[in-house]
Amino acid sequence: MNFEMPNFALAMPEMFVLGMTCFILMVDMFLSERSRVVTYLLAQATLVGAFILSLSLFSPLRELSFSNTFVLDPMASLLKLAVYAVVFTVFLYTRSYLRDRNMYTGEFYVLALFGVLGMMVMISAHSFLTLYLGLELLSLSMYAMVALQRDNRVASEAAMKYFLLGAMASAMLLYGMSMLYGVTGSLDLGEVSQVIAEGEINRLLLVFGLVFMLVGVAFKLGAVPFHMWVPDVYHGAPTAVTQFISTAPKLAAFALLIRLLVDGLGGLQHEWHDILVLLAVLSLSVGNVIAIAQSNIKRMLAYSGISHAGFLLLGVLSGTPEGYAAGMFYAIVYSIMGLAGFGMVLLMSRVGFEADALEDYKGLNQRSPWFALMMMFIMFSMAGVPPFIGFWAKLSVLQAIVSVDLIWLAAVAVIFSVIGAYYYLRVIKLMYFDAPETTTALQPGRELSMVFSANALLILGMGIFPSALMALCLQAFVL
Amino acid sequence: MSFEQIVFYFFAAVLILAAGAVITVRSAVHAALFLVLAFFTTAALWLLLEAEFLAITLVLVYVGAVMVLFLFVVMMLDINAAPMREGFARYLPVAALVAVLTVVVMVMAVGREHFGLDQFAAPERMSADVSNTRMLGEQLYTVYLYPFEIAAVILLVAIVAAIALTLRRRPGTRYQSVEKQVRVRSEDRLKVIKMNAEERK
Repeated sequence: MNFEMPNFALAMPEMFVLGMTCFILMVDMFLSERSRVVTYLLAQATLVGAFILSLSLFSPLRELSFSNTFVLDPMASLLKLAVYAVVFTVFLYTRSYLRDRNMYTGEFYVLALFGVLGMMVMISAHSFLTLYLGLELLSLSMYAMVALQRDNRVASEAAMKYFLLGAMASAMLLYGMSMLYGVTGSLDLGEVSQVIAEGEINRLLLVFGLVFMLVGVAFKLGAVPFHMWVPDVYHGAPTAVTQFISTAPKLAAFALLIRLLVDGLGGLQHEWHDILVLLAVLSLSVGNVIAIAQSNIKRMLAYSGISHAGFLLLGVLSGTPEGYAAGMFYAIVYSIMGLAGFGMVLLMSRVGFEADALEDYKGLNQRSPWFALMMMFIMFSMAGVPPFIGFWAKLSVLQAIVSVDLIWLAAVAVIFSVIGAYYYLRVIKLMYFDAPETTTALQPGRELSMVFSANALLILGMGIFPSALMALCLQAFVL
Repeated sequence: MSFEQIVFYFFAAVLILAAGAVITVRSAVHAALFLVLAFFTTAALWLLLEAEFLAITLVLVYVGAVMVLFLFVVMMLDINAAPMREGFARYLPVAALVAVLTVVVMVMAVGREHFGLDQFAAPERMSADVSNTRMLGEQLYTVYLYPFEIAAVILLVAIVAAIALTLRRRPGTRYQSVEKQVRVRSEDRLKVIKMNAEERK
């Protein structure tokens, strides 16, 4: 048989992360409780190293390797860099939380890094097989992370729900992929799109596979009507894990969407467009309306995440390169805002007090005015108020759908954002206009408060200068 | 109908019945045994597709190892299926409606009309000297190297996760400390006390 040696250099970041994670797994066994910081530093070093490697591989070309199962294009490089940065920040945020709750163990870091590897595989996948395997690697790590606190009943229940529903969704995705493999005769996304372009296959069969695949993808993205797991898992998981699973995996889910729908099934754009419109409208409406009824901030942020998933879908369904770029911009911005939102919950909590009820934020301005101000930035940004970055993200998505004459859809999105603004503003009202129950100021560690302040100020700073990130996103799709 | 078709339909029918029984029988042990039957018939279907190696692996790995382990676990746990069926009648109408609709749509889409042999020709038969196992090995370590490695990483994650979730000391559970048991001496267990005899009243 003739076999072309793969270009291993393209997968250097993946190999580095895998090697380092196995190394950390070994090193961690020989560490005592007191020297656990070595594990933490090694995990952070892994992300920094991968960042440097990915940066050095950045090129505007699109290169395939490993018999076309692996692709490295600007989108992959950019999303990978964003994943490293987001997970690096998650590790910074969560160290004191984990230490106080007996979760400061090697497993957390090892599983999170395996999750990162899964995301990298998904982002760089060029075949149904690698997409699916990357997704499973990520999901399996996340299920275990949610369940890490074994004696916590709520967390165990959340992990069980997540695992069962996630397995269902994976099965749906796999079934859809198998149908498409059956009719097109290839797992390679490039070949699949070529076969579809030739137009000799019955479209009904292709759509049949597409529908099942979209069910799986919508589940992973947390889009309505496949969102049931999101509030329960975000609420039940330890806040540190919630922060991880609500941010970086969204970037990977966006990559999954683009790889499947654009790289693989671009020829079926007419068909998936309608399905995505339905998913987006449902996510925007259900997410924003039900969030109003929540009294738990983690559940509220979960529903807000569902509505953000709707916005992300709006960018993709426009079907133009500008739209994909807007979707990617939205995904990155959402993960930055999600980091800060759950970061606030981490900041407020202390041992034995999770600070996840909205009540706990009453009168925060009188207790700690600086953190209340930062939290106000985050809420304004999520609501889409200028000059914060959330505004530009929403604006670019809306521009993308208006440019393809979907003005009614843009109107729907704006109406539901206005409804959504209510529950973000309610948090601000609680912080500034309600009397606090205690008057003691927050006393977070210096590391935590610095990361949080930097994150919130980044939301403001990027809102004032959004063009750099937008240009990078555009560059990934519009050559 | 050729002999091959008769064999196919026989095993396919047994497979569907067994799979149905897995989720309907009351006893968990019976369900596990029906799953074994389902694996066996699947292996038979794969043999018909000339995938001998995969068929044998399915029997060896799933029936031989996974299901035996599964049976052990099921027999060690005291599972009462009755509470799990509580919501069954309540959700039945909605679930049945969704299931029937899905099945009807699926049959319409992948029925004979669109998926028959006239649309998709059967693959050509390999000659008898082609080794299925050898081809699999060659493909796995060359073309599918990258997915193969990722699958290995998934197994590693499964090991890490399983150990992280089960290896712990729960307060209140009783367990044996073997080293203490081995080190024990008779003096630790039995104390001979010298007492003065009491006077008889």
